[in-house]
Amino acid sequence: MSVRTGARQADAGTVRPAPGSARRRRVDWSAWRAFALLTAPLLVGLLVFKYVAMGWGLLLSFSDARGTIALGDWAGLANYRTLFGDPRFRESLSMIVVFTLVIVPLTFAIALGLAVLVNRLRRGRALFRTTFFLPAAVSYVVASLIWKMSLFSGVPSSAANSLAALFGQEPTAWIATVDPPLYWVVLVTVRLWLQVGLYMILFLAGMQEIPAELYEAARVDGAAGQWRLFRHITFPLLRNTSVAVTLLLVIAAFQAFDEFYNLLSTGLAGAPGPDGRPPLVYLYDVSLVQQDYGLGSAGAFVVTLLIVLVTLVQGRLVGFGRRDGD
Amino acid sequence: MSDERLPRRRTARSARGTGRARIGSYLAAVVIAVPFLLPFYLLLRNSLMTQAELGALEWRWWPERIDLTGFADAFDNGTAPLGRALLNSALVAVVSAPVSTLFASMAGYAVARIRVAAARPVFLLVVATMMVPGAATFVPTFVVVGSLGGVNTLWGLIVPGLFNALAVLLFRGFYLRFPQEIEDAGRIDGLGHLGVYLRLALPNSAGLLAALGVLSFIEHWNSFLWPLVIGQDPALWTVQVAMSTNLTAQAINLPALFASAVVSVVPLALVFLVAQRWIVRGILATGIKG
Repeated sequence: MSVRTGARQADAGTVRPAPGSARRRRVDWSAWRAFALLTAPLLVGLLVFKYVAMGWGLLLSFSDARGTIALGDWAGLANYRTLFGDPRFRESLSMIVVFTLVIVPLTFAIALGLAVLVNRLRRGRALFRTTFFLPAAVSYVVASLIWKMSLFSGVPSSAANSLAALFGQEPTAWIATVDPPLYWVVLVTVRLWLQVGLYMILFLAGMQEIPAELYEAARVDGAAGQWRLFRHITFPLLRNTSVAVTLLLVIAAFQAFDEFYNLLSTGLAGAPGPDGRPPLVYLYDVSLVQQDYGLGSAGAFVVTLLIVLVTLVQGRLVGFGRRDGD
Repeated sequence: MSDERLPRRRTARSARGTGRARIGSYLAAVVIAVPFLLPFYLLLRNSLMTQAELGALEWRWWPERIDLTGFADAFDNGTAPLGRALLNSALVAVVSAPVSTLFASMAGYAVARIRVAAARPVFLLVVATMMVPGAATFVPTFVVVGSLGGVNTLWGLIVPGLFNALAVLLFRGFYLRFPQEIEDAGRIDGLGHLGVYLRLALPNSAGLLAALGVLSFIEHWNSFLWPLVIGQDPALWTVQVAMSTNLTAQAINLPALFASAVVSVVPLALVFLVAQRWIVRGILATGIKG
C-alpha cells in the first residue's frame, strides 16, 4: 500500500471518525444518497429473504399450516411437540451428530496430511495440488452418481467389488447393506473426496505464513526430524487455520443433504429406509413432499438453533482462535 | 492417518532435501493421487460404454467399442432434455456470480467508506445474517418466495441466492484498506461518492471481484437443494436437478446419465483449471474469515 500523507488522513482512511468530527459537519445528503443507492439491493434482499423469511417461518412454526404457507391457525407448540415426538426426526438428529463426529476429524486429518505432503514436494507441487483439489469442481449429484452406480454399485464389475474380488471377496451391495453399515463407507468417502482438497488449500495457505527461520532455528537446536518439526512448529502455528477449518466442517456437515438425497433414495418420501436420513432430508420430506410447512419451519428452527449452539460452544472451547502466540 | 504415517517415514533424515525421503514423498503423492483421479476416469469410461457393459460381471478398463449413444440419449431425453437443463444452469450461474459479487462490493464499499450514521447499523444488520446457516433455512425461504409467487419461476430460482453477507464483510475489509489519497485525488477531480466507487474503487478491486465471482459461479452451477425445492417444473430443472431425477428414477439409462454428468462437469473443470489462481484466492478470503 502506498505511503500515507499524514496521521490524520491515515486515521480517516481506516477508522470511523470520532463522533465530534461527524457532528461538526452538516448532514451530507450526497453521501446519504450514495450510501442508499449502494446498499439498497443487498439490504432489500437480506430483509426479504432472511429477516422476513425467518420471521414468517417462526410464526408458521407456531401455526397449523398443512398444505398452505399462509399464516392462520395458531397451534402453539403443537408443531414442536410433533417434531420431537417423531422418532424419525430424533433419529435424524442423532444420525447427523454421529456423521459429524466421523466426517470432521477424518476430513481434518486427511486435508492436513495432504497439505504437509504437497508442501514438501519441490517439483510438481502445483500438479499434485490441482489433482487433490480438482474434485471440488464436481457437484454432489455427479459424485453421488459415480459412487452409487459405478464405484460402489452392487454389480460384480463395480470398482469396489472388483477390488474386493482380488482378495477373494464376494460382491457386496454397498449402499443397501445396513448391517454392518456399509452404506456409511459410501457416504463418508464421497464427502471426503469432494471436500478434502478445499481444506488442504486452507492448510497450505496457513503453512505459507510460518516463517522458515523457525524451522532453521529448531534444526540448530537439534529438534530435527519431520515429525517433531510438525508437532512442535507446524501444527501449533496452524492453530487459527485449524479452528476455522473445524468450524466450517461442522457447519457443512450439519447441513448435509445432497449426497444423502441422491445416494439413499430408499430413505425418501416416508419410506422407512436405512437410518441414513439427516435433518435436512427429513425437513425436505415434511415440507415439500407432505407439504406441512408449519412442521417444516419448526424443524428448520430447531436445526438452525442447533448449528448456532454448536458453533458457539465450539468457539468458546477453542477461544475462537483469537489468542495468538501460544 | 496419512499425516501420521508420512512424516514418520522420514524421521531418519533431518533436512527436507535428502534424496531417499524426497522419493518417498513423491511415491506417496502418486499413490494417493490414484483414488482422487479414479472417479474422473470412471465417469469418462462409463459415458462411453453401453448399458450391457455397465452391468457386466467382469471389470473392464475401457469399453470394447466406444459408444456415444449415451450422449445422444441424454440430449434426446423427453422429460428432462439435457440442453434445456444446461441452459438453466448456465443462466443461473452466469447471472448470479457477477450480480451477487457486485451487490456485495457495492454494500461493502458503502459501509467501509461512506461516513453516514447508518453505516454501522447497516453493517451489523448484514453481519447478523451470517449467524443463520444458509441451507438449513430453506423452508422459511421457500415460504417467502412462494408467497411472492416465485415457485417455478426463473427469478425464484435466482434471486434468493444473490445476497452474500460474507462477501460484504470481505469487500468491506478490502475497501477499508483502500488508500485515502486515491479517494482524495478523485474528489479533487470532481467525483462524488458514486464516482469514486465506480471509477476508482471498483476497478481496483478486480482481484477480489474475480476471486469471489469464480467461486460463486462454481457454487451456483453445483447447487442442488434450492433448485430442487423451487423449480418443480421440468422446464426449470437445472442440470443437477435433471441428473438427480434420472438417478433416483425407477428405470435408469446409465450411459445417458454418465454422459450428462460428463457434459455438466467439463465446463466447470475447465473454469476450475483456468481460474485456479482466483479460486484459491477466493477460498482463502472466504475460508479464513469463515
